[in-house]
Amino acid sequence: MAIKSSLRNMALVLTLVCLGASAAVAVIYAVTKDPIEIAKAEKTNKAIKQVVPAFDNNPSEEILNVPADASNPKETNKVYVAKKGGEVVGYAVESTTTKGFGGAFTIMVGFTPNGEVYNTSVISHSETPGLGAKITDGQSHFITQWNGKNLVDGSVKIAVTKDGGDIDAITASTITSRAYCDAMEIAANVFNNIK
Amino acid sequence: MSKFKYLLEGIVKNNPTFVLVLGMCPTLATTTSAMNGMGMGAATMAVLICSNMVISLLAPVIPDKVRIPCYIVVIAAFVTVVQFVMQAFTPALYETLGIFIPLIVVNCIVLGRAEAFANKHSVLESALDGIGIGIGFTIALTCIGLVREVLGNLSAFDHKFASSDGMLVFVLAPGAFLVLGYLMVIFNKIKGKKNA
Repeated sequence: MAIKSSLRNMALVLTLVCLGASAAVAVIYAVTKDPIEIAKAEKTNKAIKQVVPAFDNNPSEEILNVPADASNPKETNKVYVAKKGGEVVGYAVESTTTKGFGGAFTIMVGFTPNGEVYNTSVISHSETPGLGAKITDGQSHFITQWNGKNLVDGSVKIAVTKDGGDIDAITASTITSRAYCDAMEIAANVFNNIK
Repeated sequence: MSKFKYLLEGIVKNNPTFVLVLGMCPTLATTTSAMNGMGMGAATMAVLICSNMVISLLAPVIPDKVRIPCYIVVIAAFVTVVQFVMQAFTPALYETLGIFIPLIVVNCIVLGRAEAFANKHSVLESALDGIGIGIGFTIALTCIGLVREVLGNLSAFDHKFASSDGMLVFVLAPGAFLVLGYLMVIFNKIKGKKNA
């Protein structure tokens, strides 16, 4: 029932199938492009709202690109500036670490202008459900213990207690907790480089 | 009546997970919770129905020697479509399933149904087969996910019903094998009784 497998037929059919498939993908891409952008922006905005005090500007439009390591200015982190009545009330720093148990994970860290952590929020992660994934629980002690800590005046050692630091790790999720500390450290370095 | 046979066959007699034992990679990896399993099943079902229909349409004009590349191109196109749609409308689910969405392309269920069923049957029959197999796969994944979530995390469909930790091993990889094995035994036991 299938047509003859001559070279001409095969080339023709494959070309047509590929053309058809790519056309379909192109159409769907065009249709879903905007909703995808919106979904991403919404997520970022939600995270910013969570981690900095109330603001009245649009932080997504006031983005600074700040390097975590001043000697390597090419690799920058995004810093969203939150302002109220023209005054800076906080900085939301996006920080990514590759030291997570399941690979890279990204958090949003909110700083008040003097370097205190206002709140933190996980943007994306691939930690183990039931173990490392507990970092997404914003009410847990692990997340709330950061709030109010000043990470830039040297009063806090950013490491889990097991490693001699000041941060209580999540039980059975030491690697994830360490990665979180790493991401916080990056965020603190970024914050130091803002000015 | 006879057409519905195809639908039912996919759910029970040819259940892709418990009977055909196909597509084990996403089955084991994405069923850490009932929601994830269901999402994965639904995404696979969408791809399966579309690819089954298109392939049964195209089968008469595809030369035998290049049929596999043609099927894969069709399947890959639909997977990419599903990926875009999920990214746009269910970003949270898209993120949890991660790499396993693009990997639907190489899911042996999809290619297997194209090769074993769709290219020999009509569009309607292929669509019914896709729905049946898709539902069978979704049910299986949701069951595995639910059992793992209940035992490992003490929650069902993301609703926690106890505050303690549960048996974590069921959320981790070994738990996937254990739950899959036991559910397979139960499923085939019940199925065997009915047939006898």
